[in-house]
Order: sequence, then structure tokens, then C-alpha cells
Amino acid sequence: MSATTEQPPPRIDRLDGDALERPVPAAGDAPAAAPPKAPRRAARSMYQKHAKVYPKAVHGTFRRIKWAALAVLLAIYYVLPWVRWDRGPNAPDQAVLLDLANRRFYLFFVELWPQQIYYLTGALILAALGLFLATSLAGRVWCGYACPQTVWTDLYVWVERLVEGDRGERIRLDQGPWTARKAGRKVLKNLIWLLIAVATGGAWIFYFTDAPTLLGEMLRFEVSSTALGFIGLFTATTYLLAGFAREQVCTYMCPWPRFQSAMIDEDSLIVTYQDWRGEGRSLLRKSQSWEERKAEGLGDCIDCFNCVQVCPAGIDIRDGLQMQCIGCGLCIDACDEIMTKVGRPTGLITFDTQTNQVAVATGGQPVPFRLLRPRTILYTLMMLVIAGGIGVGLLLKPGLDISVLRDRAPLFVALSDGSVRNAYTFKISNMTRDPRAYTLAVSGVAGASLSVAGDGQDEQAGTQRLTADPDMVATYRIFVTAPRTGLQGASQPLTFRLTSADGEVATYDSVFMGPAN
Amino acid sequence: MAQKEKDALSGVETTGHEWDGLRELNNPLPKWWLYIFYVCIAWSLVYYVLYPAWPLGKSYTKGLLGYSQREELVQKVADGKKAQEKYLTAIAATSVEDIQKNKDLLAFAMAGGRSYFNENCAACHGAGGQGAKGFPTLADDVWLWGGTTADIYKTIQHGIRADDGDTRGTVGIGMTAFGKDGILNRDQIGQVAEYVLSLNKRSTDAAAAEKGKTVYDENCAACHGENAQGSLAVGMDVGAPPLVTANWLYGGDKATLVQTITNGRAGVMPAWSKRLDDATIKSLAVYVHNLGGGK
Repeated sequence: MSATTEQPPPRIDRLDGDALERPVPAAGDAPAAAPPKAPRRAARSMYQKHAKVYPKAVHGTFRRIKWAALAVLLAIYYVLPWVRWDRGPNAPDQAVLLDLANRRFYLFFVELWPQQIYYLTGALILAALGLFLATSLAGRVWCGYACPQTVWTDLYVWVERLVEGDRGERIRLDQGPWTARKAGRKVLKNLIWLLIAVATGGAWIFYFTDAPTLLGEMLRFEVSSTALGFIGLFTATTYLLAGFAREQVCTYMCPWPRFQSAMIDEDSLIVTYQDWRGEGRSLLRKSQSWEERKAEGLGDCIDCFNCVQVCPAGIDIRDGLQMQCIGCGLCIDACDEIMTKVGRPTGLITFDTQTNQVAVATGGQPVPFRLLRPRTILYTLMMLVIAGGIGVGLLLKPGLDISVLRDRAPLFVALSDGSVRNAYTFKISNMTRDPRAYTLAVSGVAGASLSVAGDGQDEQAGTQRLTADPDMVATYRIFVTAPRTGLQGASQPLTFRLTSADGEVATYDSVFMGPAN
Repeated sequence: MAQKEKDALSGVETTGHEWDGLRELNNPLPKWWLYIFYVCIAWSLVYYVLYPAWPLGKSYTKGLLGYSQREELVQKVADGKKAQEKYLTAIAATSVEDIQKNKDLLAFAMAGGRSYFNENCAACHGAGGQGAKGFPTLADDVWLWGGTTADIYKTIQHGIRADDGDTRGTVGIGMTAFGKDGILNRDQIGQVAEYVLSLNKRSTDAAAAEKGKTVYDENCAACHGENAQGSLAVGMDVGAPPLVTANWLYGGDKATLVQTITNGRAGVMPAWSKRLDDATIKSLAVYVHNLGGGK
């Protein structure tokens, strides 16, 4: 977007009645006759007053998509904890359950143990790449449609509009004196906001414990203080962030707008204002025909400020792409409506690539949207690789995992008959719902035999029987003894091989230490 | 910078810093941001009053709430002790052999035993019971005084040659000093040392070893056994080690053997029943037994 080179004349937002704060023109532009104002610098406050944004209702394609996204996302959020998933008799039947107390994550058919948390890392990388891909294709669609901050803010603004009326009414209400009606409206609005906030906070904790049980406890007022604390926390943040902070979250708290420009390029779909078609903007006089306007050097923008008034971030898209822009496209809906009314082609503000905009502006052929670009291909490939890795990992996810820790002190024990023994702490994670029996064998050291501390079994050449309770980690102390003649050097590889009764195998490579000679 | 500079496009003052032609605008902070900052300052002041905050030489401001991390720690330790009580009483009431059979008690005794061991035993016997010259390795299979859990329990309780009514061995008296006490002469000592080496197939003087066998049978076999299998193997509770072995408490080379035969050996272990309570000693016995050498 090329910024307008001339200083725009100070503009007035007519509906607001108050002048938007505009930068003082550069010193050279100030008319000499104007009375010298006090230097702006001295009057400058330490803080910037929050200019409250009053988004106006708008209808159109993008608004409809936004409503659909809101409905679908909220439905997912509230319904997901109630979806059941049969995992057998001794496991929870909640499809999505983050059981922190018992340190298990249940996600439909997936059941994660703490040591498998790398799947979460994979999911986060996948989400980040998805965000990059979506942004490189269509700008900040995440921010405009799917981000929780956007969804809940949208919901809150909708409530606000229901209770206090649309933009003009809300502004008048806020600027007017305190009356019983105004107080009533404000109380009602905040009550509904708080209700939504409580429902949001309440739904959140359903993800961490069995939802029907928790709901029963809630209804009987038996909720734990921890649960209450989290409901309170999420209620407060929902109420404050969606009710009051709104676009301030996106502008000041969120890091994403700060580096989104690294993700978009001239081939990304972004919300753009066709300044070559719109400028110079000026009000449409009734008597004026479009041909006369053209002749006067005026553009299609009739300076109606509808695009500014509907913007949830409170910006003027005609100033070009800005950090605050969340790419929701509501300004497009607003402008299209006006353009239709005045009989001009729509798309003065449009969702388009910069390449195409430049081409159209300079009278060239329209450039079709390039879906395949190096960066989109790269992001897609990376996502496929990671998603494939996660998928294969989940499909092959074992019900058995072993970990072996060799004793460091002493490194080895020499026995009276000259043989050498090493001790290992041996952990079996039985990730199934049944008690299981296993056979342990070692290989790699000639003549090695195994014994288990504390179980009273005799040393056996080669194998040992072990057991593990369902969904538990069993810990054994294992001794491996080998004749000195079988050793090759001070350290040699030793492989543990654990086989379950139903044939699942886990191996672990360790070492066997002995004297140097 | 004397003159404040204004950015031509936005009309905002710059901070006066410039990096590669980029100048930072001195934009004001949002109001809420500033307010949160003020709230933090207020919060810190409240904190100073409520909680211990300022050092005053040797003391400090105690704060109105009277909070103390040390007390919190003491409380946590007390809570932990209370949680352990159930197991400790159970261990005290259970015989040391039966602890091994109870999975819960075994796990508790093993975990406790490890920390007691590191506190009390590791200084001599090494971390993990690896031993040192003169201090037996507790993870191997040589036990001069018996390697069952009950034997280990008794050894820890009463020690070895320690001043305890029920101790093992005689206080201050161990292996006879055959050279120092004039029982064997220098030649005989050399011969019996060669004989012991020959038992382990390391003798270099077959003739001396032959003569040494007679010396051994007359002087050593009483304690160490006819076949040098050690006192335990012949049913004597005197702590005489087997001499056919790869493991030597003081060293198995000829010079050390000669030294041992000449001066005798009398290793001492303190009686721990005077210092540790019964549950602790039982845990230790279970832990040591499971270091790998238990029989």
C-alpha cells in the first residue's frame, strides 16, 4: 500500500461529534497566520487516553463468516468436555480430559503419559506452522475469526449492542448524564457479560476433571476451592479482556501483530483499500453525478466513515495496512454496502493481494491468486512431515515402555568367584489397562545371568519373569552377572529385551562395566 | 540532545536514538498500562508492610502477617514425618525378614534406607556400598559375619568388635599377629603366604607353598577352615574370611598377605543401636541386603 503523500486534511468523524485526535501537521505546513498554539509537547500527557471503540453493526459476507466461526468455535468449546469415549472399565470415559492429578492426557483415542509430552510439542509446532500458513495465504484470518479474544469480544459487543443499541445510541448513552435508564442498561449489560464469563470459566475446568461429576458437585455447591479459584480466574479474565480490554489486547499485549509482517508477502490476501480508486475522497453531494465527481478529480470514496465505524480495532483502513488491523474484513462489508447504495462497483475496500492491486491500479491484467508459493509449499510440507510423524507415532504408540538406569556407585561389583556384576534400576511402564507379565532377557555379554532384588528368585541364566500392574510403572532392581572371561574391555554394550505375554517387545540399550583388564 | 526532534509523518517526538536510520517514536503508554504499573508499586508497598522485607543489620522487619519461611519448612517437615509414621510404626513392628515380603514396606524401607545409608554408612562403605580397603564392599557376595537380612541387622545393631554387650567378635581382638607375637618366623610367614597365593593359583614358589601348607594346617585352619573356605562355612562366628576368593578386604598380593599374617587384622564397626532407632536400622538392613550381596 502506498501511503498518500500529501498531508490529508484534518478529518472529523461526523457521527461522534468529537474531533479524532490527529497529529499536528509538520512545522512547515502550519499557516503563518494561525495563532501560535501552546507547544503540543508540553501538554503531552504521560499516558495515552484510551479512545473507546464503538463498533457499528454491519451486514455482509465477512460478517456472516464471522458469525459462523463464532457459533462453531463456541459450540466446540462448550460441548467438547461432554463428549464421551469408551476406554474400558478402569479408565475415564471423557473424550478430552487433561487429568493433571493422575498425570494422564486423554484426547479421543490417544492417551498420553507425562514422558510422551513431546506430542504436545509437535502439536504446538503444527499449530504455529498452521498459523504461518494461514497468514501467508490470507493474512490475519486467525486474528479476525478464530482467536478466542476476537470470538469472545465479538460476543460481548453483540450483547452490548442488544442492550445499549448500536453505535450512535451507545455513544449518546456514554456521553449523556447518568439516568436510571442508563444505569439500568449498564447493569444489565454487565450482568449478561458476567454470566457469559462465568459460563466460560466454568466450562474451562470441565476439561480437567470428569464433567458430569463436576457439574453435579457444582449444583450441590461442593466444588473444591481449587476449582472455584480457576472459575474465578477465567471469569475475571474473560470479563476484563472481552468486556473492556478488547482491541487493546491485540495492540498492546499480543506479540503476533508485531511479527505478522514477516509472514505475509505481496501475494498474501489482505484487507486493502484501493486508494488509486477511492482518492481523493470527499462527500457525495446529491446534485453531483459520478461523471462530475471524476471530472473534479474525486474518487469513489465518499468519506462516509462507515469502514472506520464498524472496525473492532478502531482503525481507518484507508491509512493502509496497520499493525492493529486484525484482518476481519468487516470494513469490506460496510464499504460494499455503501458502494451498492451509491451505484458504484463494490470492492473499494477488498480482500486481495498486493500484486493484484498494483496490477489493477496501473491498468494491467489482474494477477490470479498464487496459492503455491515457496513459503506456502514449505509450510505445507513441514506440516505434513510433522503431522505424519505425530500420526505414525500415535499409531505405533506402544503399550509398554522401559527405562533402565545403571548404578554408578559402585560401577561394578567383583564377586568372590571372580565374576562381575552390575546393578540396574529397571522401570516398566505398563500403559495398558490390564495387569501384564513379562519376560526379561539380556544379550550382548557372554554368559550373563539375571537376578531381581527382593523377589527371592534364584539367578537364572538369561531370563526373568516380571509383572506390572495396569496403568502403572513397576520398578525393579536388576542384577546382571557375567564371568570375567566373557568380558571384552571395561565397558561393553548390553541390551535388555522385555517381552510381554502377548508378544509386545521393548528393548533398551545399556552398558555392562567391568575391570579394565 | 538539545533539540527534540519530531517525526514529520506522525508528528510524534522521537526518543533521539537512531539505529541505521530508524528512529524510535516516543509514543505515550496506554493509560491502563500505566495504571497497572502504579498498582504494582502500591502492591509492593503493601507487601513491605505485610511480609518480612527489609534487613535491619542482624534482624529484619517481621511484617504484620508474621509469615516465616522457616516455620513453613518446619511445618512441612513435621507433616512429612507424620505421613511417614504409619510406615515407621509398621516397620518397627515387623521383623526384618518380613519387611522384605511386604511390597509397600519394602519400597519404603529401600527409599529410607538409601538416605540413612548415605548419612551414616557411606563415609566408610562408600556410596552404594562400594567399600574401600579395610571397609567391606556391601554389594558383593562375601560376608564375614553373615549376609542374611537378620545377620546384617544384627551387625548394624551391635557392630563388630565394638564396645557393646551383644557385639560380634571380641573388643580389640581380631586375627592373631603371628609375626609380632613370635608364633611364626619370617620364613614360615613367607611360606604360608605362598600357600595362600597357590590356593588362588597365583603362587610363584611351589616349594615354599608346599611347606606353607603344613604351617597353614597347624596355625590357620582352625579359623579359616581346612579348605580355606572361611569361618562362616565351617560354622564359626569369628569373621575369618575365606581365602579362596577374588575379593580381598585388605589386598591379596604377597606383601599385603605377609603384613596381615605378621600383624593380624581387627576391623571395627561401631554399634549403631546406640545412635539409630530400630526402624532406621531395619530399613538399613533391608537396603544393604538389596544392594546385591544379600543371601
